[in-house]
Amino acid sequence: MKKICLTLAAIGMAAVLGAAGAPDTNRLDALEKQLQDAQAAFERTVREHQQLMESLRRQIEALRAAQTGRTNIESPPSTIGQGSKGEPASPAGTAAASTAEKSSWTPSSPIRLQRGSAYMDIGMVTTLALGGSTAKDIEGGLQLGGHDPNQRGFTLQGMELNFAGAVDPYFRGNANVVFMLDSAGESHVELEEAWLETVSLPGRLKLRAGQYLAEFGRQNPTHPHTWGFVDTPLVLGRFLGPDGMRGLGAQLSWIVPTPFYSELFLGVLNSHGETMYSFRFDHEDELFLGRLHQGGRVKGLDYLTFVPRYAASFDLTDNQTLLAGISGAIGPNASGSRARTFIGGVDLYWKWKSPRHHAGFPFVSWQTEAVVRRYEAGAFSNAADDLNGSGTIDPGEADLYGDGSIRTLPREWLTDYGLYSQLLWGFKQRWVAGLRADWVASDVARYEAIWGRDPERAPRFRLSPNLTFYPSEYSKIRLQYNYDYRQRLGPDHSIWLQLEFSLGAHAAHKF
Amino acid sequence: MKTKQITLTILAFVAGLGAVPAVAKLNVVATTPDLGSIAAAIGGSQIQLTILAKPTEDPHFVDAKPSFAVKLSRADVLIEGGAELEIGWLPPLVDQAANPRVRYGSPGRVLGNQGVSMLEIPEILDRSKGDIHAAGNPHYLTDPANAKILAARLAETFSQLDAANAATYRANLARFTTTLDAKMAEWLKLMEPHRGRHVAAYHNSWVYFAKRFGLVIEDFLEPKPGIPPTPGHLSAVIAKMKAERCRVIICEPYQNRKTAEKVAAETGAIVVDVTQFPGGVKGTEEGYIAMMNHLVVSVAKALDAGR
Repeated sequence: MKKICLTLAAIGMAAVLGAAGAPDTNRLDALEKQLQDAQAAFERTVREHQQLMESLRRQIEALRAAQTGRTNIESPPSTIGQGSKGEPASPAGTAAASTAEKSSWTPSSPIRLQRGSAYMDIGMVTTLALGGSTAKDIEGGLQLGGHDPNQRGFTLQGMELNFAGAVDPYFRGNANVVFMLDSAGESHVELEEAWLETVSLPGRLKLRAGQYLAEFGRQNPTHPHTWGFVDTPLVLGRFLGPDGMRGLGAQLSWIVPTPFYSELFLGVLNSHGETMYSFRFDHEDELFLGRLHQGGRVKGLDYLTFVPRYAASFDLTDNQTLLAGISGAIGPNASGSRARTFIGGVDLYWKWKSPRHHAGFPFVSWQTEAVVRRYEAGAFSNAADDLNGSGTIDPGEADLYGDGSIRTLPREWLTDYGLYSQLLWGFKQRWVAGLRADWVASDVARYEAIWGRDPERAPRFRLSPNLTFYPSEYSKIRLQYNYDYRQRLGPDHSIWLQLEFSLGAHAAHKF
Repeated sequence: MKTKQITLTILAFVAGLGAVPAVAKLNVVATTPDLGSIAAAIGGSQIQLTILAKPTEDPHFVDAKPSFAVKLSRADVLIEGGAELEIGWLPPLVDQAANPRVRYGSPGRVLGNQGVSMLEIPEILDRSKGDIHAAGNPHYLTDPANAKILAARLAETFSQLDAANAATYRANLARFTTTLDAKMAEWLKLMEPHRGRHVAAYHNSWVYFAKRFGLVIEDFLEPKPGIPPTPGHLSAVIAKMKAERCRVIICEPYQNRKTAEKVAAETGAIVVDVTQFPGGVKGTEEGYIAMMNHLVVSVAKALDAGR
């Protein structure tokens, strides 16, 4: 660059001198020679630069071609949670590079994210439902799950984005963000999970931290697209909440060195927030178990929820596997000071898969979870709303129960229990038939003895047969019928058609 | 006091379990039986080998059983195909196993396709083309030349992790390679008369085999990889097979033989039961070379008969 400047300056100077019109021919000749020299120098410089640019261009092309070849080859090693870091380059890469020239990327080609081509796998799953029910309270009454069909007509059950990959040699990371439309058509975003987990701790230990689905039972730690049915089991919706039990916290897990699979988990989570439904969720100033709840932040150790779990598995035969677990969730709730909740559950999963299965079919699986909740409900009274001390709630005063009454509830222990059991039969490649039975019940609380069964606790039964067709691994169409029987409300019939599709690189599922 | 005693007892029990006498044998886990049989040929009695997938099952859809995670948690070596064949079940197992020795980047993690020239690497990833693998067709061990590449790599890995037995591994490698080379010459001779002939298959898993032995395997009963046959597609295949004078259909243990038989009845072809996995069909239990031998001999026989 400097050379060009100098040359240009020389030319400029020569021109100025020339314009001066000096009569001396010797000087004129000298100037002419100088000008010719300068011109030659300039041309030489330009030529040199052109050559340099041409060689650089060739190098870039060669690099690009080599890279295209290598991405093709390097894609296999990286899978969820396992970056290709430190992976020695495959010698096959060179073979591919020679043929890659014709397929090198141009700005007009589409950009496609694939497994292992970036430092993160990105996947998307969208679930839609169409259907209806004889019940009038589909959302929040009939259907307990936050991602269940919530109205007659169409429901967007969720559009889940998953991001996963190796963070570095020490951690793997995972995040799930769910976009959804409520029954009114308004958009919501939920951060379902965002956590990192160690991959290189010794002694078969794993430590996870962040926002995560608590390891309670079999279904709670999983995402809806892996479920065998359109909706959340009643027992999980009632005790763990519409969105499952999840929150900010940490979890330690350890594969116990037994001859069979056996693993211990201990999770610790903040006890507040709407996804800690039976713990310190304030229930948004609505009555829950007959009372108003008071939320608040963590103040000490006794403000945390602990979730221990033990799981064990046995291969009964070459083709049959049993996985059993026992889980607990222990922490404070928001119904009063020092009020606590205990949830306990057992789960069982059995699967038979043909030794000559094709694409995973045929198979039969059976899954059952039974859960008990002991909820210590604090004493409560709305007497403070009676501002004028008249003994009833008068117009102008906050009328919590809607009938002008002042009610005083004692501190009491509420026991709820229930189970679901489901059978799936993959009878033919791509086809699965399912049957699920749900049942929930509870003791009658003292507050209910006064004014009747709380729909949140009243006995309920549901039977759900369904049929699913998987056009491929990446899409499914499911038809499900629900027969519901709720105490006092009677029977209801619902039918739902579910459609699901996924794009991108989605993590494979655990057993 | 009592609690303390119980705790101590439990701890002692657990510690006892953890301290299971460490036999010097290298603990090797292979995802599929073809990889496993080559590991057995190289490792011999010096390794303790576990194979996860059954030879008769569809290797794309193996269940990620918890017992597999336990096996992986104890492994010194994990041998996988490396071309996404096991992508639907291996990654969660490795995550669950929490064993740094078998994570990517560790010498104990062997990708079987390293050094193999992969075929059918897609230029564009598009699932409307069916279940394609971004890394190329993963069924590369149907070409014995690739088995030799893997065998050499396994000998190297085993020697690195178990230097004391390096000589044995090298000797085993030499024996395996010599036997395979001898058989290879036989197989090529057997196939020579059939060069250029068409063979139909259920699934597109024979590209390496076809290339090595000079066959044309381009008719598949599946319309696209992973998509079950449709009547329309089958009639097109039947017409094509007739035009090509294709007289052999190869079918693997987990594939729908009835569909193959139906096509065979229409085209006058013979259905041949073959496997890529030692133990998948009778007479292949002995190992990789026995499996390849069964494959080549039965296909050659069928080609002879179906002239």
